[in-house]
Amino acid sequence: MTLMPAFRLHRPDTLAEAVAALAETPGGKPLAGGTDLLVNIRRGMADPPALVDLTNVGGLDDLVVSEAGLRLGATVTLAHIAEDEGIRAGWPALAAAAEAVAGPTHREAATLAGNLCQETRCIFVNQSEWWRAGNGFCLKIEGDVCHVVKKSLRCYAVYAGDVAPVLMVLGAEAEILGPAGTRRLALASFFHEEGRSHLALAPGEIVTAVHVPPPNGAVAGYAKVRVREAIDFPLAGVAVALRREGDRLASVTVALTGVASAPVLVPGLDRLAGTTWSEDSAKTLTDAVRKSCNAVKTTVTTPNYRRRVAAASAVRLAGDLWAAAGEGNAS
Amino acid sequence: MHDPNVRASGARVRKKSVLALTLNGRAREDFVADGMLLVDYLREVAGLTGTKQGCDGGECGACTVLVDDRPRLACSTLAHQVAGRRVETIEGLARNGRMSRLQQMFHEKLGAQCGFCTPGMIMAAEALLRRDPDPTPERIRQALAGNLCRCTGYVKIVEAVRAAAETPVGSEGAR
Repeated sequence: MTLMPAFRLHRPDTLAEAVAALAETPGGKPLAGGTDLLVNIRRGMADPPALVDLTNVGGLDDLVVSEAGLRLGATVTLAHIAEDEGIRAGWPALAAAAEAVAGPTHREAATLAGNLCQETRCIFVNQSEWWRAGNGFCLKIEGDVCHVVKKSLRCYAVYAGDVAPVLMVLGAEAEILGPAGTRRLALASFFHEEGRSHLALAPGEIVTAVHVPPPNGAVAGYAKVRVREAIDFPLAGVAVALRREGDRLASVTVALTGVASAPVLVPGLDRLAGTTWSEDSAKTLTDAVRKSCNAVKTTVTTPNYRRRVAAASAVRLAGDLWAAAGEGNAS
Repeated sequence: MHDPNVRASGARVRKKSVLALTLNGRAREDFVADGMLLVDYLREVAGLTGTKQGCDGGECGACTVLVDDRPRLACSTLAHQVAGRRVETIEGLARNGRMSRLQQMFHEKLGAQCGFCTPGMIMAAEALLRRDPDPTPERIRQALAGNLCRCTGYVKIVEAVRAAAETPVGSEGAR
């Protein structure tokens, strides 16, 4: 039997009650699917004084597809996103990313907001308390030394969410509710490059929904590299969205996951706009992706492998999307 | 001001409350700690030890149970999160002492060896068959992708699920 640390469990029916419950207990955490948070609590990696279970909050799992785009409630499950016909038709990259997460049983419980806000990961962190104690703990939790980058003052634990990079290239926004009210924040500004505090959420704030604009002619995809084809987190994940006009690339956006403490929107791709996809474009994309990776030895593979595989996946995915968009134009 | 959730010693209070749910077709109520995991509730409170805990964090699928017909990892779910829901464990599949057709096929096709992953494997397969009564072997492999087995190599497990799909309902246990 697992001895869980003591915490108060709130099971509110409304968002107002949920936010009030979080405000009442500083350090309290929202809970939904539990596939990340409960595991971390079990392993002694988190000890919140209260959990606020959002799964009873009415309407928070609504999924609305309309002309204006997509509105996904915070507790829409990843299984729902992967299976929804409207999402598969309009935003197939999003369905693919949701389907690439963990295993099928995880996806039945795991939610969109939980996936976005998941903890950063590291081979020195995602271990039992006994293991971590034997290693003198680390900078992220309880200790004061980073075992990956010695003498580092920051934590390099890696962001491994699959859905965030796709939402970034699709131009999505998070709807956030807190004691001060509601605000919207572009996914591109939602994360920080620091393993201990990677979310731009103020204390007491929760993500209530994600808004995705209509595809507007762009095609997008997600490629995930991992050790096994199920359960595993990405060694590197790449989302690409591009618009093709005839033989010209109108725009291309690339976001990476699993290669830094935050998902990264790759800069410097503007110069590809107006060109035809070619070996040169592939070279430009490769350089830009490799420069954007802040990979250090936080996983079972080497940083160099993750940089190379991220770049190779980006080039292959962009080439495939370019070709697919060309077929679309021809028909 | 005194915080009712913290003792004078500084230790946090472990609160318990009533949990009402339907477990294997029967309504029941228990007085359960807020922090108790579903797998511990099933094994320690309800006495249903068929559900196994194989790892420490949702990596193996051995604790898979059904919640409202969908598979759920009992090790990464709080017991109170299934309040008011319909929970089924491996113990709920047999009828009048006879195994379900899926259980029967795991037995006949040698889908179980050491048996530790079997309850979770069968519950995940049961969830699949309720949704898709005639799944392809590929679909079966996808549905069981989160359930680890270290004995069988999975071939016999996929065969067992396929055989269950091909067996007419009601013919199980007839031999």
